Amino acid sequence: MVTATPMPRVPRAAALNCSACGAAIELHAMGWAVSIVCAACGATMDATDANLRILQHGDGVRLTPRIPLGTRGTWKGAAWDVIGSQQVTITVEDVDYSWIEYVCFNPWRGFLYLSEYQGHWNVIEKLRRQPDRERGSEQPIIELGGVTYKHFQTARARTTAALGEFPWELRVGDEVIARDFVSPPYLLSSEGYAEEVTWSLGRYTPPDVIAKAFNLSKDALVKPIGVFANQPNPYGGLPKKVFRLFGLAMLVLLLMFLANVVLSGNRTVFRHAYAFTRGTEDQPAFVTEPFELEGRPSAVSIDIETEFNNDWLYLSLALINETTGETREASRQVSYYSGSDSDGSWTEGSRNETVRLATVPAGRYFLRVQPEGGEPAKRVANYTMQLRRDAPFYGLYAVAFFALLIPTIFAVLPSVTFEQRRWAESDHAPSSSSSSDDDDDE
Amino acid sequence: MTVSQPHGVICPNCGAPVRFLWAQAVQTTCAYCRSVLVRRDLDLARVGEQADFPATGSPIQIGTEGRWRARSFVVVGRLTYGWARGRWNEWHCILNDGRSAWLSDAQLEYAMTAETDAAGGMPDVARVQVGDRYIWDDVTYQVATITTAFYLGTEGELPFTSYDNTTARFIDLTGPDGRFATIDGSGHPPLLYLGEYLDFDELAFRNLREFEGW
Repeated sequence: MVTATPMPRVPRAAALNCSACGAAIELHAMGWAVSIVCAACGATMDATDANLRILQHGDGVRLTPRIPLGTRGTWKGAAWDVIGSQQVTITVEDVDYSWIEYVCFNPWRGFLYLSEYQGHWNVIEKLRRQPDRERGSEQPIIELGGVTYKHFQTARARTTAALGEFPWELRVGDEVIARDFVSPPYLLSSEGYAEEVTWSLGRYTPPDVIAKAFNLSKDALVKPIGVFANQPNPYGGLPKKVFRLFGLAMLVLLLMFLANVVLSGNRTVFRHAYAFTRGTEDQPAFVTEPFELEGRPSAVSIDIETEFNNDWLYLSLALINETTGETREASRQVSYYSGSDSDGSWTEGSRNETVRLATVPAGRYFLRVQPEGGEPAKRVANYTMQLRRDAPFYGLYAVAFFALLIPTIFAVLPSVTFEQRRWAESDHAPSSSSSSDDDDDE
Repeated sequence: MTVSQPHGVICPNCGAPVRFLWAQAVQTTCAYCRSVLVRRDLDLARVGEQADFPATGSPIQIGTEGRWRARSFVVVGRLTYGWARGRWNEWHCILNDGRSAWLSDAQLEYAMTAETDAAGGMPDVARVQVGDRYIWDDVTYQVATITTAFYLGTEGELPFTSYDNTTARFIDLTGPDGRFATIDGSGHPPLLYLGEYLDFDELAFRNLREFEGW
C-alpha cells in the first residue's frame, strides 16, 4: 500500500497587499501566476516574488471587463475562475483596434483564455504541439491536425490595459507579433515573445454560449458587430448543397436532351412553295393537301422560309385533323429589313420562322393558311412552308438552364458576400474593395 | 504497490521510521524532520536538510496515481525548480513495471517523460539554439525553449542524489502530436527524456490535492 502523507488543502486565495498602493490583492493561481496587476492603482507586480516586487507602476485602471474578475464559469464540464483580463490593441493604417482577453484558471487543469472583439468571442487553448511549417508566400497556409488554416492577419499587438493575474510576465505597453490563421470556426494564432513563439487555438463561440457558461445576464454581452475572422459562415453549407442540386438538374437536363436527340424522328412530311399576291381584293385563306402524321403524339414544327428583303408577311395557320376536325391554331409574322446608316449596315428580323405545336396525335391532317399584310410596294411575296413531324426543340434546354442557373446564383450569393466581408478585414482584402472602404487594410 | 521494506530503517537524524515506496530509491527525505537521506548499502546517511520551499500550487502530491501509455504510475518524489518566470515540479513517478518516469507540471501543462538512450546522438548542450531539430526514435523534435533553472528543493524518493545540485540547464523540444523531449544538461553526460504532453483527463489522476473552494 502506498502510504503517503497527503498535503493540506490549498487555500483558495492568498491575501496580499499591493506593493505600490497597499490595496488588498488576492492571488488565486498560486505558484503559477507570474504577474499580477493591482485593481486599485494598476501597478504590475512579480507574482513569483514573495514580496510582490513592482515591475511597473500604474496610473489607475482603465479596464472594465464585461466578465468581472472572480467570475466562475463552466467550460467542457470543468469549473474556471476568471482571474485576469487585458486589453490588446493593434494599429492598422493609423486606426486602433482593441480587444479584451481573459485569463481563466482551474487549479488542476491550468489556464484557459477567452477573447472578445465587438461581440465576437473565442475560447482559446494554448497549444502544446507545433503546427506544420507554413507554405506559400502571398497568403501562407499552415496545417494542424489535418486542417488547413489560411493566413488572415499579422499585426503588432500591444497590451494597453491589464487587471488581475497572468501566467506570463506582463507589462502594459509590451508588444508581440501576432499572426492569425483561420479555418472557421477555428483561429490558429502565434504570438512571438522575442525568439519564443507560442501557438494557440481559438474556437468561435456565440455570446449567448459565453453568457451561459459564465452565468452572465443576457444583456451583459453585446451582439456581434460585423463579420469576424473565424466566424462560421451561416450560409457556408448552402453553396455545396445548391451546386449539388444544380449539377443533378444539369445531368437530368443532359439526359433529357440526349433522349430528345436520339428519339426525335424529325421527318419532313410536307413541303410546298407559295406566292402571295398583294392588292387583290380577295385574300382568301387556302388549305393544303392532306398529309399523314404518324407515331406517338409528338411535336410538329412548321417552318416558314422566305427570301424577304425589306418586307413582311403575317400568316394565320391552323393544323386541322381531317377526321375529327380538331384544330390547332397559330400565327406568325415573318419580317426582314436591312439597310445602312451612319453606324453602318443593319438588319432587323429574320427571313425564316418556325411555329411549334406540341403533342399532336397521329392522324391525317391539312393546314389552313391565311396570309396577309406586307409592303404594298412589293406585289408578290414568295414563301415556302415545311412541316416536320416529331421535331426536337432545343431552345427549351437553354430556357431550363437559365431557369436553374439564376436561383443557383442567388442562393450562393449570401455565402460569397459573407466571405467577402470576412476577408475585407484581413491582410488579404481584394484591392478593389479596399480602395473604396477606409476600414480595410492595404 | 508493495515494496519490501529494509528492516528497521530509521531516520539517522530523528529516529522516525523511513518507509520506501520504491525499492530502487537512492535518495529520500524524512517525512518528519525533512532530512535529506541518501542510501548507502543498508543504511541511510543524512546529507542535509530540506528547508521550506515555496508552495507551487501543484495539484500533484506524493502518492498521486495516474496512467501513462497504458501503465499506472504512482508519484514517489519530486524536484522543484525555479526559473526567471516562476517555478515548476518534476514529479518522480514509478510505473507499474518498476521503471521511472517524470511528470512535469510547469504552468499546469502536464508532460510525462522517461529517460531514453539518445540513439540519434546528443547535441552539444552548450551550443543548442531555439529552432534546432533533432531526431530520436524516428520522431523529429524542435528546440522550443532553453531554460536555466535552479533547484528549490526535493521531496520523497529519487533515482539519483540531488542535494549537491544548484542550477540546471533544460532544453525543451516539441514534436508532432504533442511529443515532448527534454534534455537535462546539468550532468555529464546530459540526459535525454522523451515523452509527450498530456491533457489532465488523459492522465486519469487519483489522490490529487484538494483546493479550498473548488
